[in-house]
Amino acid sequence: MFGWEFPPKIYGGLAVASYGITKGLSLQGDVQTTFCMPRPTGEEENFLKIINMSQVPIAWREPNYDNLCSRLVGHSADDYYRFRNHIYADFNYMQGLDDLGCMGFAGGYPGNLHDEINNFSIIAGVLARSEEFDLIHAHDWLTYPAGVHAKMVSGKPLCIHVHATDFDRSRGKVNPTVYSIEKNGMDHADCIMCVSELTRQTVIHQYHQDPRKCVAMHNAVYPLSEEIRSIVPNKKPDEKVVTFLGRITMQKGPEYFIEAAKRVLDRSRNIRFCFAGSGDMMQAMIELAATYGIADRCHFPGFQRGRQVYECYKNSDVFVMPSVSEPFGIAPLEAMQCGCPSIISKQSGCGEILTNVIKVDYWDIDAMADAIYSICTHDALYKYLSEEGLKEVDQITWEKVGLRIRSCYDQLVGRGWFDVNDYRP
Amino acid sequence: MKTICMYFEIHMPNHLKRYRFFDIGTDHYYYDDYENERATVEVAERSFIPSLQAMLEMARTYGKDFKVALSISGVALELIEQYATSVLDLLQQLNETGCVEFLAEPYSHGLASLGSTESFVDEVKRQSKRMKQLFGKTPKVIRNSSLIYNDEIGATVAEMGFKGIMVEGAKHILGWKSPHYVYSCAHDNRLALLLRDYKLSDDISLRFSNTSWSEYPLMADKYVGWIADMPAGEDVINIYMDLSALGLYQPLESHVLDFIKALPAEAQKRGIGFATPSEVIAANKPVGPLEMLHPVSWNDEERDTSSLLGNCMQRETFNKLYDEKIVGRILACRDRRIKQDWDRLQASDNFRFMTTKDVNAYRGIYESPYDAFTNYMNILGDFLKRVKDLFPDTVENDELNSLYTQITNLDKDLEVKTKEIARLRARLEKYEPKEEAAPAVEESPAPAPAPAKKAPAKRAAAKVAEPEEAPAKKTAGKKATSAKKAPAAKKKPAE
Repeated sequence: MFGWEFPPKIYGGLAVASYGITKGLSLQGDVQTTFCMPRPTGEEENFLKIINMSQVPIAWREPNYDNLCSRLVGHSADDYYRFRNHIYADFNYMQGLDDLGCMGFAGGYPGNLHDEINNFSIIAGVLARSEEFDLIHAHDWLTYPAGVHAKMVSGKPLCIHVHATDFDRSRGKVNPTVYSIEKNGMDHADCIMCVSELTRQTVIHQYHQDPRKCVAMHNAVYPLSEEIRSIVPNKKPDEKVVTFLGRITMQKGPEYFIEAAKRVLDRSRNIRFCFAGSGDMMQAMIELAATYGIADRCHFPGFQRGRQVYECYKNSDVFVMPSVSEPFGIAPLEAMQCGCPSIISKQSGCGEILTNVIKVDYWDIDAMADAIYSICTHDALYKYLSEEGLKEVDQITWEKVGLRIRSCYDQLVGRGWFDVNDYRP
Repeated sequence: MKTICMYFEIHMPNHLKRYRFFDIGTDHYYYDDYENERATVEVAERSFIPSLQAMLEMARTYGKDFKVALSISGVALELIEQYATSVLDLLQQLNETGCVEFLAEPYSHGLASLGSTESFVDEVKRQSKRMKQLFGKTPKVIRNSSLIYNDEIGATVAEMGFKGIMVEGAKHILGWKSPHYVYSCAHDNRLALLLRDYKLSDDISLRFSNTSWSEYPLMADKYVGWIADMPAGEDVINIYMDLSALGLYQPLESHVLDFIKALPAEAQKRGIGFATPSEVIAANKPVGPLEMLHPVSWNDEERDTSSLLGNCMQRETFNKLYDEKIVGRILACRDRRIKQDWDRLQASDNFRFMTTKDVNAYRGIYESPYDAFTNYMNILGDFLKRVKDLFPDTVENDELNSLYTQITNLDKDLEVKTKEIARLRARLEKYEPKEEAAPAVEESPAPAPAPAKKAPAKRAAAKVAEPEEAPAKKTAGKKATSAKKAPAAKKKPAE
């Protein structure tokens, strides 16, 4: 499996999803996962094998054994030597090789991302020659070239996981380089797992893929830890809090949230609006709130992490995700886990598997305001959504996702191709 | 002899329009006229008109051998009067054949029977009055909205003088008992219970055109055969459904009407007759009381009220709507728009749209139960505010009622006086034909009957020619006990 992020180092939703999928698969017992990522921290859970792409040799060096052992993070020295035996071309000309003959990765999303993607793919060639495996699974476009390369070398089926497409990120104005990488990956894939039907349709129509090899594979959530469940909400009885949580960027539709807030505040002043997150539109949103004269009721606490996120959900009466285009969107599920009713845009993939949420079009600010007002004023609705939402989200588990992915794997490994018509979740 | 009692319900809801919370207090019109017209015309053309025509044809062919019962909710009647008058014509024609009995039901098709007995009684009376106006007979048998029934409802309607009520023959109530007998209400044995045979009813209304049903295609001979094969003594077969089942749930292409038309002939062959509910009650003595503690209805498999009041949103709505104070005020007030809105908002469909039992349930204009709840609560918020604005919050309902009783009494007094004045004036004119009316006035109060002691002197006589209306609210507000104020108030248009 090729991935770019894995907990505990979390940059975005990708790490959480990668963790959930591998964990779900590992629970089946007979699936062995090797997870190849650019720069592990060494603190990953050990239910799966981690290969550190920064320490896979692509040029022959003779490092000192003890030195090697002390420096390796992720895989072992034996792995190193095995990889070294499978170097398939002379990469000595490459810039940036270290004394182990490896290409370093900065990790995360640095400026030279395209170079890193390319290096990642070169290293994948070594792995494909040295490892034994039945199937290649590549997460998100950064690892598609690596997946394609590994498939070329090994001839094993390639399954790619579309966590987002560039169409979601850019509202249609795609970056041609990114698009070409995505398209190439999809063209070579035997099975395309999309995080929602919405994304699947984008893949079919914008990337011109055969619908039969595309399957919607919805994400899930992990049950909350005891520590988080024990957080006591700090709510004021006469005041309601409505929360937006996410990057304050064009994709997430924060301006619609402000518009809805204005409509609600025109009628009722005992509601507060909280913008948790940061992003390029934050300044503009603060100005917009000030222009509408609702700045006293709108709060911008900045980027929230870890426990803060859950505190934020617990203290909220309504969670709103007005995303313009959201491939999946795990935040409403987390809010529901905390018993917070959610309002999501119909353009969000998670809406496909949720019934106990209110769905509105992201542009329909009247409906959004109406829904916010209704939850804040009618306890019955709040109670119903809160209780039923919690029940519902408890049923959405990574174990089930793991089983569904497994049934796709079985098709791919069993007969070499995938057809969604034969897929029975 | 076995008897088939067929009954069809005519009802459709008033669709509410999209009403945002910022409309509360500014917009008091709640209805989606376009959708109402479209839906009414559609159901009339696809279902009501062809079905009623078929019944008319049957009535003319079979004469007394075909009987049917119908009931129309008041709100549906308003829609029909507005958008589909031809349905009304057909009902009249059907009424003239004498083969049809019209039943009473709550005017609004709402849940007042569970929320407010007072309002329920009022609604049934209004509905009965409309039936009498239109079809010339006061209904003797009643059906509640969605066939909701429990012992208390039975006692209420028995008290109102009804002979019988239609009840769902729910398995969990009947147990080993058969629905094919007449039972009586456990609280009042004057009231007969007619139990719907849900199997035979649903065979037509739910399954008729279902090709994967084991009995498909259902033919009249087979159907009547089932009835004929029932054990001796099980004589009353009640087949109740929505009229829109014929044509809407079961499309006309499925020949459901041909099936219905073939029933009397098949029944005749086997010596089975048709009867109206009243005839059934007259011909069959109740075999015993049937106790029903919890409300049953004809909804869903559970046959209870869970699709109407199953989740907390529905219960919250219900509690807000049937708040004692609110109901009292609405019943006391004379604002016709408030009364009309009250009828329309009560309709049980508004509750059904909020059900979370079935994700794919029909929800009218709404997308989800939450959408239905939000929209309805916005409208209800505005409506309740209007009701509360009618009278000061401090006035209790009892007080309000006594004030209204006073007004009503004053009205009666005035009426008596007016008649008296007119009579005296006429007599006076005989005596003094040439003189003006003015001098005569001074004499007129004197011979007036006792309550007119303080009768309005001068101006009253000048106004006698005006049509008498109820006095304005003002009289009530000021607790006017003196009749003197009445004429002054008369200038204001009555509510």
